[in-house]
Amino acid sequence: MEKNLILLDNLPVGNCGRVKKLTAKGNIRRRMLDLGLIEETQVEALRKSPSGDPTAYQIRGAVIALRSEEASKILVEMC
Amino acid sequence: MLDRGELPMGLTGQSTWLGALKNEYSMNDTVLDGVVVALAGNPNTGKSTLFNSITGLNQHTGNWPGKTVTLAYGNYYYADNKFLLVDLPGTYSLLSNSVEEEVARDYICFAKPKACIVVADATCLERNLNLVLQVLEITDKVVVCVNLMDEADRKKINIDFEKLSAILGVPVVGTNARDGKGIDELMQSVYKVAANQMQSMPLKIKYDEVIEEAVEHIRPYVQNIVKDELDSRWVALRLIEGEWKTLDTINSFLKSRLYKNDDLKQELKKANEILQAKYHGTDEIRDAIVSSIVRKAEEISKMVVSFENKRYNEMDRKIDDILTSKTFGIPIMLALLGFVFWLTISGANYPSEIIAKVLFRIEDILTDYCFKWGVPEWIHGALVLGVYRTSAWVVSVMLPPMAIFFPLFTLLEDLGYLPRVAFNLDNFFKKACAHGKQALTMCMGFGCNAAGIIGCRIIDSPRERLIAIITNNFVPCNGRFPTLIALSTIFIAGSFGKFQTVIAALTLLGAIIIGVLITLAVSRILSATILKGIPSTFTLELPPYRKPQVGKILIRSLLDRTLFVLARAVIVAAPTGLIIWLMANTTVENLSILKWSGKILEPIGHLLGMDGYILLAFILGFPANEIVIPIIAMSYMATGSLIEIETLSALKELLIDNGWTYLTAVCTMLFSLNHFPCGTTLLTIYKETQSLKWTAISFLVPTITGIIICFTVAQTIRCCQIMMLL
Repeated sequence: MEKNLILLDNLPVGNCGRVKKLTAKGNIRRRMLDLGLIEETQVEALRKSPSGDPTAYQIRGAVIALRSEEASKILVEMC
Repeated sequence: MLDRGELPMGLTGQSTWLGALKNEYSMNDTVLDGVVVALAGNPNTGKSTLFNSITGLNQHTGNWPGKTVTLAYGNYYYADNKFLLVDLPGTYSLLSNSVEEEVARDYICFAKPKACIVVADATCLERNLNLVLQVLEITDKVVVCVNLMDEADRKKINIDFEKLSAILGVPVVGTNARDGKGIDELMQSVYKVAANQMQSMPLKIKYDEVIEEAVEHIRPYVQNIVKDELDSRWVALRLIEGEWKTLDTINSFLKSRLYKNDDLKQELKKANEILQAKYHGTDEIRDAIVSSIVRKAEEISKMVVSFENKRYNEMDRKIDDILTSKTFGIPIMLALLGFVFWLTISGANYPSEIIAKVLFRIEDILTDYCFKWGVPEWIHGALVLGVYRTSAWVVSVMLPPMAIFFPLFTLLEDLGYLPRVAFNLDNFFKKACAHGKQALTMCMGFGCNAAGIIGCRIIDSPRERLIAIITNNFVPCNGRFPTLIALSTIFIAGSFGKFQTVIAALTLLGAIIIGVLITLAVSRILSATILKGIPSTFTLELPPYRKPQVGKILIRSLLDRTLFVLARAVIVAAPTGLIIWLMANTTVENLSILKWSGKILEPIGHLLGMDGYILLAFILGFPANEIVIPIIAMSYMATGSLIEIETLSALKELLIDNGWTYLTAVCTMLFSLNHFPCGTTLLTIYKETQSLKWTAISFLVPTITGIIICFTVAQTIRCCQIMMLL
């Protein structure tokens, strides 16, 4: 793994990341791609749920909440 | 597996005139006909609103064969032609293989709608174009409907429709379904597309060279097999990416012609060799295909959408900062829901009384006529005092709270607040291996469990949906609130003097919290046992807040939820009214069957901290929980029909005279919280799951839970009492 890559669920709230790689397989991967999470897509971590999880992300104009299980399968580069 | 024989539409009854547009088919004994138009779109695009505003009240529902996803059908007329609009499940894509997506995809592919409307959200066009592009690959007969134009205007988002239409090669119509804007133009475009009056040149996505080469290599062979029944390029793409689930369906649609073709097998091998130059494995090919679609959507969106105000979603973020904040998020949510309950409970009393007065006045009139016409006493008793009175009771107690609760709930839904509730609470549900949206269906259950169960449709994975259905009954509905309030006021708050109402409210809140905790615990147990499985992917969209349409909300929630639930309740209540009356008025050895049953149930009732009559009341209260306390009163007083006790103190006296203690009250409340769902709810569960097994499980799970809890509480307290005496 390259140094500057982090897991999406480690992206601090308020920060942006650029999708570099999905480690998810099968249907989960498909679902992520369908949300527009392809390489080079910019994602912003908007807020965490009051109960700690999930986290809401701004993805291609939509606000999507992902659980940490899913977000940890997305590698992003902080930008 | 869907085979051609099961297909309900598109393949039968094609008549020649009307441009051979007419399809006729029958489903659930209802013959639906008209030119078939499919309505596809992402969730949260106002698709249902559009469906409602086009079809009005001409709606039916039915299941796609073999699937539990419910499709709504509705007719409308345009230019003297009858159309049948089919509301497909809301999906982000047609490629991910969730049940919804399969249904939507199969419908568009195989049912051959004469036109397909794809609804897109004007404020989030880019993401929505993904689905539009996928549909365009399957069929040419597409009309793109860009909805929620008012929201886009408000956010100063401009869309160049002409350009979009030119790029996509199909008609594009801007609409605002909530006030009917653009609907006429949409219908006109649909008509033209369905009647082949419009030449469409749909955009087909260009993939990279390697994929294109492989596709073009097998395409002629695919064309030979599919003829004009399916789009050969689309099928070739699925073959290349090895999308077997879709291919199996295509194969059975084509009566195995796809898999049995040896030429195609040979050429597919060659195509794979071409692909190996760049790709390793089908996963990479799929990624490349989906990425191309997403990039194309991005590209198109950049060309046609312009933002006058770059910070157009600033407002939504600010609202979210408050409503989902770490400190205030959950308190605000509790306060809002608490307010809704309070308004429901306190606001329902007065109209309930009025309705009861009117309905019981009618009962008096009916009784008068019975006397006048010399109707035998037992017929009058069975029909008027039994069937009519019980039904009237159920209507008067159920209607007002539902008529208040559902519009309020729909209002929160329309505002866009409900997904935030799921967002706030998801972590608790995740720990219980359930879906965050279960928080919403649970909240709906407070209004009515039957409505909560219908609400479970919003949960898209079958496992989590079943968990939500089975556990919905653990939150007390409007019908059980009166029992809980009366008992907590009499037995728990009674000795607190001026703090009585506060204590009663707190007890009720406690009951609700117990219900929620049991919901979470049982969900966890279910997912470790009969509904084993890892939590499915959770992606929850938090759509922009929207200005609600108050008038429409009132009408729709009244029609969709209130009257619907009420009608089912009456269907179950009427026959039970007859049974209760017969039991109370048939005597064997000087005791009514009701009394006998109470005596027989006494030992079990005692074990659970109650008595036989209370247990009997719960059983007879099966049609609607509202009548539990009236039945208890009726049994104790040995009257022949349901009676209402005017004041709480009179009820208290009656209960204490019949041996009630603090323990009886607690156990009755606990059993009220945890017992079999009412008849209406069970009927709804059956309709939603289409399975006797899951209906039976939904009956047993809360009942067994209730028995265990009441038994434990009763025996523990009794033990403690004995120990204290020693």
